[in-house]
Amino acid sequence: MRKIPAPKVLPETQAYWTAADEGRLLVKRCNSCGQAHHYPRDICPHCLSSDTVWQDAAGTGTVYSFSTMGAGDAAYTLAFVTLDEGVTLMTNLVDCDPATVRIGDKVRVVFQPSQGGHAVPMFTPV
Amino acid sequence: MSLNGKAAIVGAYEHPTRLATDLSVVRLHADVAKGALEDAGLSKNDIDGYFCAGDAPGLGAATVAEYLGLKLRHVDSTECGGSAPILHVAHAAEAISAGRCNIALVTLAGRPRAMMEEAKAAAAAAAAAGGDKARSGPPRTALKPPDPDAPELAFELPYGPATQNLYAMVAKRHMHEFGTTAEQLAWIKVAASHHAQHNPNAMLRKVVTVEEVVNSPMVSDPLHRLDCCVMSDGGGAVIVAKPEIARELSRKSGRPMVMVRGTGEAPKHGMGGIMDLTYSAAAWSGPLAFAEAGVTPADIQYASLYDSFTITVLMQLEDLGFCRKGEGGRFVMDGNLISGSGKLPFNTDGGGLCNNHPANRGGMTKIIEAVRQLRGEAHPAVQVPNCTLALANGIGGALASRHTAGTLIMERV
Repeated sequence: MRKIPAPKVLPETQAYWTAADEGRLLVKRCNSCGQAHHYPRDICPHCLSSDTVWQDAAGTGTVYSFSTMGAGDAAYTLAFVTLDEGVTLMTNLVDCDPATVRIGDKVRVVFQPSQGGHAVPMFTPV
Repeated sequence: MSLNGKAAIVGAYEHPTRLATDLSVVRLHADVAKGALEDAGLSKNDIDGYFCAGDAPGLGAATVAEYLGLKLRHVDSTECGGSAPILHVAHAAEAISAGRCNIALVTLAGRPRAMMEEAKAAAAAAAAAGGDKARSGPPRTALKPPDPDAPELAFELPYGPATQNLYAMVAKRHMHEFGTTAEQLAWIKVAASHHAQHNPNAMLRKVVTVEEVVNSPMVSDPLHRLDCCVMSDGGGAVIVAKPEIARELSRKSGRPMVMVRGTGEAPKHGMGGIMDLTYSAAAWSGPLAFAEAGVTPADIQYASLYDSFTITVLMQLEDLGFCRKGEGGRFVMDGNLISGSGKLPFNTDGGGLCNNHPANRGGMTKIIEAVRQLRGEAHPAVQVPNCTLALANGIGGALASRHTAGTLIMERV
């Protein structure tokens, strides 16, 4: 199994990682323009408003792209998943045979421990 | 302000080494600076502007200027990864046009391959000495460790993004959207290998077939080993001068001038998670350069396209307008990129796929081969007849996340 490096948490993303430890996936949404964004920021990258809020994500989405690298136990699958909330995030596909996964497949979030840090959201086929 | 006709490339030099075991990074920068000066017929005291990127050691421009004993009145260390030298040529033309300097030196150099060999030897020695100091995983060859202040770091690093799997996700999405195949991507490597057979300095000179590419080991699906560029040491330099000086040098040497006609640069990034991996930043830098040059893709006789991976070339062909979006796979088939038989000769030195990718940065060698083509100094077997208009394009960073494209159009006059 690949060891998962602990995420380096910046002050403005602490809530995201605290929620991840509780098994909740958050997205940032802007009260001014209404759009969601990822990675989460204090300041909306779509309109530069500082009026951004955390929102619980449904935790489901679809596979945008993915690639498996490495062999045997060292193999892991990097992916982009588009959440139902509309933003695409980098992640890993886990608990599945990636050879059976197709772009567009439905996936749901699962949380995996990192090395001495916060839990990290990953995705598995529904 | 248009840069069309405001500067010319008067010197170009590619280091012949591909494994710099006994050469330091700064020595490589110095070697290529000397080579470009000799090629131009200039001396170091003629240089009044210097351009380098993150591959320069120490304090960058000041460190290399100190080593070379340069007296400068303009420096620029724009850093955007492998495309940096292409932006540097444009920025040099800007500076020359503004009167900030007359003759600008641009260098790129590095020794990632030697570093990898050294790391392997150290790991083997540590393992032999008892093992507790042996570290797992591939040796690090990145120039710098990840920046803990980078805001994206926490949302990427835990998932293991490497260069290969990031580009692989672009390739997989392209296949999904447009039906592009592994065999079509392989044609890009096949064309590069046809050119590399004539380059005595190329790392990989063997001509390969589509079958050999798709049957080579899978690195990160759908990219095979032969879809990936080489890892090599060395570097290169170019010298950019104001047109009056270039004209005088050309008169003395009897060689043609290589005039800057069009330039464009643009970064592309994650766009707040509203992502579309079907195009690169070249879709933005390309039109800027074509507009400045007043030419169209159909006018380009030779193209140096950044080839970190085969998919990188395919994306640029579409984004620069050599074919329509989604048609890159069909465009590259049947040797269409091979000089002499194809419609668009590309990377006639063998490119990063076969020849050289010094410092893990391919932008400088892209410019140098375009200059060779415009001067008529490419290898006779790959020289484009009467090549008067050429393009060099770079993609620095990672296609699937943040990267900066630079486009440069040059004309022989």
